[in-house]
Amino acid sequence: MNQPLGNRLSGLLRRWGRFLVGLPPYAWLVLFFLVPFLIVFKISLSEMQAAIPPYKPLLAWAEDGVLQLRLNLGNYRYLLTDDLYAVAYLNSLKIAAISTVGCLLIGYPMAYTIARAPKGNRNALLMLVVLPFWTSFLIRVYAWMGILKSEGLLNAFLLWTGVINEPLQILETDLAVYIGIVYSYLPFMVLPLYATLEKMDLSLLEAAADLGCRPFRAFLAVTLPLSLPGVIAGSMLVFIPAVGEFVIPDLLGGPDTLMIGKVLWAEFFDNRDWPVASAVAVAMLVVLVAPIMVFQRYQSKAVDS
Amino acid sequence: MPIQPNRQVSRAFAGMTGKMARSLLTLGLLMLSLPATAAEEKLLNVYNWSDYIAPDTIEKFTAETGIKVNYDVYDSNETLAAKLQAGQSGYDVVFPSASPFLAQQVKAGLYQPLDRTKITNWGSLDPAILKALQTSDPGNAHAVPYMIAATGIGFNIDKLNKLLPPGTPRDSWSLLFDPAVVSKLKGCGVSLLDAPVEVFPAALAYLGKTGASQSTEDLAAAAEVVSKIRPNIRYFHSSKYINDLANGDICLAHGYVGDLVQARNRAREAGRGVDIGIVIPKEGAILGVDVAAIPVDAPHPDNAHRFIDFLLRPAIIAAITNTVGYANAVLPARPLVKKEILADPVVYPPEAVRAKEFQVPPASPDFERVRTRAWTKVKTGH
Repeated sequence: MNQPLGNRLSGLLRRWGRFLVGLPPYAWLVLFFLVPFLIVFKISLSEMQAAIPPYKPLLAWAEDGVLQLRLNLGNYRYLLTDDLYAVAYLNSLKIAAISTVGCLLIGYPMAYTIARAPKGNRNALLMLVVLPFWTSFLIRVYAWMGILKSEGLLNAFLLWTGVINEPLQILETDLAVYIGIVYSYLPFMVLPLYATLEKMDLSLLEAAADLGCRPFRAFLAVTLPLSLPGVIAGSMLVFIPAVGEFVIPDLLGGPDTLMIGKVLWAEFFDNRDWPVASAVAVAMLVVLVAPIMVFQRYQSKAVDS
Repeated sequence: MPIQPNRQVSRAFAGMTGKMARSLLTLGLLMLSLPATAAEEKLLNVYNWSDYIAPDTIEKFTAETGIKVNYDVYDSNETLAAKLQAGQSGYDVVFPSASPFLAQQVKAGLYQPLDRTKITNWGSLDPAILKALQTSDPGNAHAVPYMIAATGIGFNIDKLNKLLPPGTPRDSWSLLFDPAVVSKLKGCGVSLLDAPVEVFPAALAYLGKTGASQSTEDLAAAAEVVSKIRPNIRYFHSSKYINDLANGDICLAHGYVGDLVQARNRAREAGRGVDIGIVIPKEGAILGVDVAAIPVDAPHPDNAHRFIDFLLRPAIIAAITNTVGYANAVLPARPLVKKEILADPVVYPPEAVRAKEFQVPPASPDFERVRTRAWTKVKTGH
C-alpha cells in the first residue's frame, strides 16, 4: 500500500512541478502583455472626454438599472478616412525593412568573422559587440547627433580631408534615421547569426572542398542555407522593434520623417485623444502580427527538424 | 561524491528563499501599516519645468516650514498634461502654461480651487496679468501667475547684417514668415517651435489677422504661410534652438523669450563673438504665463497652499526672476529684480508692446484635431 501511494505522490509532485515551472513565463505574458494590451484595446473602443481619465467608460448604468455597453468603432474607421495613418505605417515598414537589410549586410560579415576566429578570441570579440550596451541607449543616439550635425565630427573630418567643400546635411534626414537604427540594433542581428554560424559543422565545408567546390560557392551552397535560421531570427529582432521606433526618428530624423511612432505621439500628446492613440497602437500591433507569426512558424519548424 | 555539494547548494538556496520570504512578509506588513499616518504629513511633491527656480528656494521653504519637498522636473506641457489626466499623479503643485493648457485642464476639472485665505500675498499680484489669465481660468479661481514671457524671435545679429539687404526690419514677423526674407537665411539655419499653438497664431499676426482666431479659414491661411517658408526651415523643436543659437549653428529662431534670453547669456559667456538679438514682433505676440496650480487629487493641499504663498513673497520670486530671466507678476518684487533684467524691453516690455500681446483661448477637441493635422501636413507634406 505504501509504495503505490508514494508513486502517486511523486507523480503528482512531478506534474505540479512541471506546471509550476511553466507558470512564470505564462504569468509574465499575461501580466505584461495581455493585460496591458486589453487595457489599450478597451480605451481604443471608447470616446474622448475632458476629465480624469480622458476617455469615457465602456460600461455605464443607464436608467432603470440597465447596464449599457458602448463600443465606439469610430476610432478605427477614422484611421481609414485619413491617409496619414496608412502612409505613416507604410513608411515605418519601409524604414524598418531597409534598416534590417543594412543590419544584415554589416552584421553577417561581423558574425562570420567572430564565429571563424580562434576560439580564445571569440568571447573578446563578442564582448566588443555587446559592450556599447553598457552605455544608455539615449546617450548613444545623442552621440550620433554630435557626429552627424553640420558642425559635427563627420563633416569636420570630410571638410578637413577636402572630400567636400560644404558641410553635408545628414542630421534631420532619413539617412540619419537609417544610421541610428542600424547602429542601435546591430547586436540583435550579430548575436543570433553568431549562434548559428558557430555551431555549424565545419566538416561539411571540407566535404564540399573535397568534391571540388570553390570556397565562395561552398559559402552560397552550404554556409548560407545553414545560417538561415540565424538570418531570420536576427532580421525579426531588428525589424519588429524598428517599425515602432520613436526615439531615433524623433532625435535624428527630420520633421518630414513620417513614422507611426511619431504619429502615435502626436495623437496622445498634441490631440490628447487617448482613444484614437490606442486605436493607432492596436492597428500597429495587427500590422506586426504577420511577421511575428512567420517568425514563430519558422522557429517551430526549425525545432521540429 | 558529486551529490554532496549539490545538496549544500540547494539547502543554502532554500535557506535564502526562506529568509527572503520572511523579509518580504515584513515589508508587506510595513506597507500595510503605512497609511495610518496623520492627515497632512510634512511633505510636498512639486513638479516644475526644468531650470525654473532659484537654487535656494526649496531650501529656504523647508528651513522655514519643516516641510520636506520632493522636486521633479518636466520639459513640456504635454508631459504634464498626460500625467495629470491619467490621475493619481501624486503631485501637489504643478506649473502649466496658462493658454491653452491650463484652460483645458481647468475645464476638465484637473485642479482644485485655491483657498485665497491661505494665500496672503495675493494682493501684490499685477492686476493686468490676473485679468489676462481670466481667459484661461475664469475668476482666477485655480491658478496664480508664476513666470511670464512672450514668444518672439531670436537672431544672430552679425549673420543677419551680412545676409539681409539693408533696411530689412528686425521687429516684424516678416523676418520669419516672408519667403523673400527667410529664404536668404536658409543656409545659416532657421528653426520654428514644434508647437502649432505657437506657430499658427504668429503666422496670423503676420497676416494682420487676429492671432487668437479659431476659424478654420484662418487656420488654412496660417498653414499656407508656414508651408511657403517650410523649405527654409531646418528643424521644428521647442528647446534645441537655445544652444544652437548660442553656438551659431542656426541664425534665426522662433522661441520663448525667456529661452532666447538664456541663449543670449550663453553666447556672451562663451565669448566666441556670437551676439544674439531678441524681438517681440510689432504685429503682436503670444503672452505666455506659466502658473502655479494644485491638482484636484493632490495629497498635501495645505502644504501646497503654503508653498504657493511662499513663492509670491517679493524676495523669493525676485530671486527666481534673477536666476531664470523671466518676468514675474509680483509688483513689490520689482525693486529687488536685477537692474539689467528690469530694463530689458523683451523681459519687461514697454506698455505699447504689452498692449499688442495676446492669449490663445482653449480650442474644442475638433478644432485641435484639425490644427494638429494641419501641422503634420505643414511639417511632412502629407
